[in-house]
Amino acid sequence: MTIRKLHVAALALMLGSSPALAQDKILNVSYDIARELFEALNPEFQAHWKEKTGRDVTIDQSHGGSSKQARAILEGLPADIVTFNQETDVDVLAQNGLVAENWREALPNGASPYYSLPAFLVRKGNPKGIKDWSDLARDDVQAVFPNPKTSGNGRYTYLAAYAYALTQEGGTPETAQEFVGKIFANVPVFDTGGRAATQTFAERNIGDVLITFEAETKGIAKQYEVQGFEAVTPATSLFAAFPVAVVAENAEKNGSTEVSTEYLNWLYSPEAQDTLAENHYRTTDEAVTAKYAAEFPEVKLLTVDEVFGGWQKVQDEHLAEGGILDKVFVNQ
Amino acid sequence: MSTVALTHAPGQSRAVPRLLIGLAFALTAIFVVAPLAFIFWRAFAEGWAVYLKNIADPLVLHAIWLTTLVAVIVVPVNIAFGIAVAWAIARFRFPGRKLLMVLIEIPFSISPIIAGICYLLLYGRQGLLGPWLAAHDLKVMFALPGIVLVTMFVTAPFVVREVLPLMQAQGSEQEQAAVTLGARGWQVFSRVTLPNIRWALLYGAVLCTARAVGEFGGVSVVSGSIRGQTNTLPLQIELMFNDLNTTGAFAAASTLTVIALVVLVVKAALESRR
Repeated sequence: MTIRKLHVAALALMLGSSPALAQDKILNVSYDIARELFEALNPEFQAHWKEKTGRDVTIDQSHGGSSKQARAILEGLPADIVTFNQETDVDVLAQNGLVAENWREALPNGASPYYSLPAFLVRKGNPKGIKDWSDLARDDVQAVFPNPKTSGNGRYTYLAAYAYALTQEGGTPETAQEFVGKIFANVPVFDTGGRAATQTFAERNIGDVLITFEAETKGIAKQYEVQGFEAVTPATSLFAAFPVAVVAENAEKNGSTEVSTEYLNWLYSPEAQDTLAENHYRTTDEAVTAKYAAEFPEVKLLTVDEVFGGWQKVQDEHLAEGGILDKVFVNQ
Repeated sequence: MSTVALTHAPGQSRAVPRLLIGLAFALTAIFVVAPLAFIFWRAFAEGWAVYLKNIADPLVLHAIWLTTLVAVIVVPVNIAFGIAVAWAIARFRFPGRKLLMVLIEIPFSISPIIAGICYLLLYGRQGLLGPWLAAHDLKVMFALPGIVLVTMFVTAPFVVREVLPLMQAQGSEQEQAAVTLGARGWQVFSRVTLPNIRWALLYGAVLCTARAVGEFGGVSVVSGSIRGQTNTLPLQIELMFNDLNTTGAFAAASTLTVIALVVLVVKAALESRR
C-alpha cells in the first residue's frame, strides 16, 4: 500500500513539474527523514491551492540533516519554506535575517504544526519489561541511540533522560547527571545519526531498546514488521517541536510569499493534520487529536523552556565544549 | 636484485609464497568481492519486479540522468584541460612549471568535501562572489553549475596524470620531425601527438568518468539535495538508504556498480593494449 502511495505521489510530482502557465513554485527544505510525510502532504496541498486560487503549484523537496540544510540556506539554497526538526536551526536562519525574528509567534503552537517526543522501541514481547526512563538505567538493559554530539535526535534523548531525572522527587542536577551517565554507560555503540542507530538495533540486533522520536518508532515497527518490534511511549518525555517558517528573503525574491504562507497555515488544517497523524506525528488540531487518541498514549510532556530555560541555555550549559554532556560522556 | 629473493629464496619452502598468495586472494574476496556481491544480492532481495520498480522511480531515473549529464560535461573538459596542461609541461620550459605540476596534483591530496566547502565559501550567498552572482541572478551553488564545478575539481588530475609521463618519456623528436617536414601545429597534434598518447588518454578518461560518476562528498556540499533536480545518483542512494528503503538504495547502488564494472573492464582492456 505504501508503494502504491509512493507511486501516486511520484506521479503527482512528475505531473506537477510539467511546465504550465501561472505556475506557483516553492522549495521546501526539510529534515532527512521526512520524505514520505511530505510526499503524502504535498499532493493534498496542491489540490487545496488549486481549489482556492485556481492555480497549480509545484513543490520541490530537499531533505538532509537539518543543521546542514540551515547551512545550505545561509549559503544560498533558495528555500521558500523550512520544515525542520530542530528549533535551533530555524534560529540560525533568524539570526542571519533570512527568517523573521519572531518566527515562533508567527504560527500557533510555537510554529510547530505537529510534534513528537523521544520514545522507545523494544524487541518482540518486550522481554526486558522496559516501560519508562528508569528502566534504561538498569544494568541489564542496553539502550541504542545516536551520539548526542552529532545527532539532533540523540540530543533529544539525552535531554529527555536528563529532564526525567531532574523532575523526579529529590531530583538535582547531580542525580540527573548520574542517571544519564548510567544510561550512557550501557550504550553498546553510538552511531552518528538516527538511521544508523536504527540499523544497529533492527538489522544488527544490538541492544534491548532503541530510543528515537515516537513518530519514528512506529514507522520502524511497521518497516520491520516481521521482527515484531513494539513501540513504547514512556509516561514522561520531552516535547520535540517540528518548527516551520517562511524564509522571507527568498520567498520575496521568488514571489512565493503568498503560497509559502498558505502552505504553512494549511499544515494546521484538519486535512493536513489527519495525514500527519497517519504518519505518527502528534497533532495540534483537537478533532484530529481526539480521532487518533488511541494511537498516542497519554504522556506528561516537559519542555526545554521549563526544564532547561531555553535552547540557548541548553547550548551553553550542556552541549558546549566541556559542558555537562561532555562530563557525562567522560564519566561513563 | 631482490626479485629472485621475492619469488623463491633458496632454502625456503614453497609454502610461504603460496600462503601469501592465498592470503591476498582471501583478503580481496572479503574486502572487495563480498561487498560487491552483497549489493546485487540485496538489490534483488525482493525480486525482479521490486528491483525494476525501484530503478524506474522517476527520482532515481532523474538521478541517473543528472549523473550522466555531469560526466558528459566534465570528462571532455578534463580531456581538453589534461592534454593542454600535459603538453605545456612536457614540451615547454617556463617559470612556474614545477609549481603547475604540484598544483594539478592538489585535488588528489585534498578531501573532496573540502573542495565542496571551498566552492561554497567562494560562490555561496555569503561567499566572495556570492553577492555579485545573486545580483545578476546567476545560480551556481545548489544547481548544475556547482555540481559540475566540484566534480571538475575532483577529477582534474586524472587525464594529466596519465598523459604527462608518456609525453615526457616519448620526447618531442617525432613532433620536431613533423614540423621540419612542414606540418602545421594542428597537423602535428592530430597526426603525431594524439596517436602517440591515445591509450593513455583513454585510460585517463575512463578513470575520470568513474570518479565523476561516483563523486559523493564534494557534490553533497554544493548540491542542496533537491529531489528530482540536484540529486546525483550517489546522493540519491544515500537518501533512499535514509528513507529506510534499503532495497531501493541497493537497487540504485547496483546501477552505479554496473557503471563502475563496465569502466573497469574497459580500463583492463586498455591496459593490455598499452
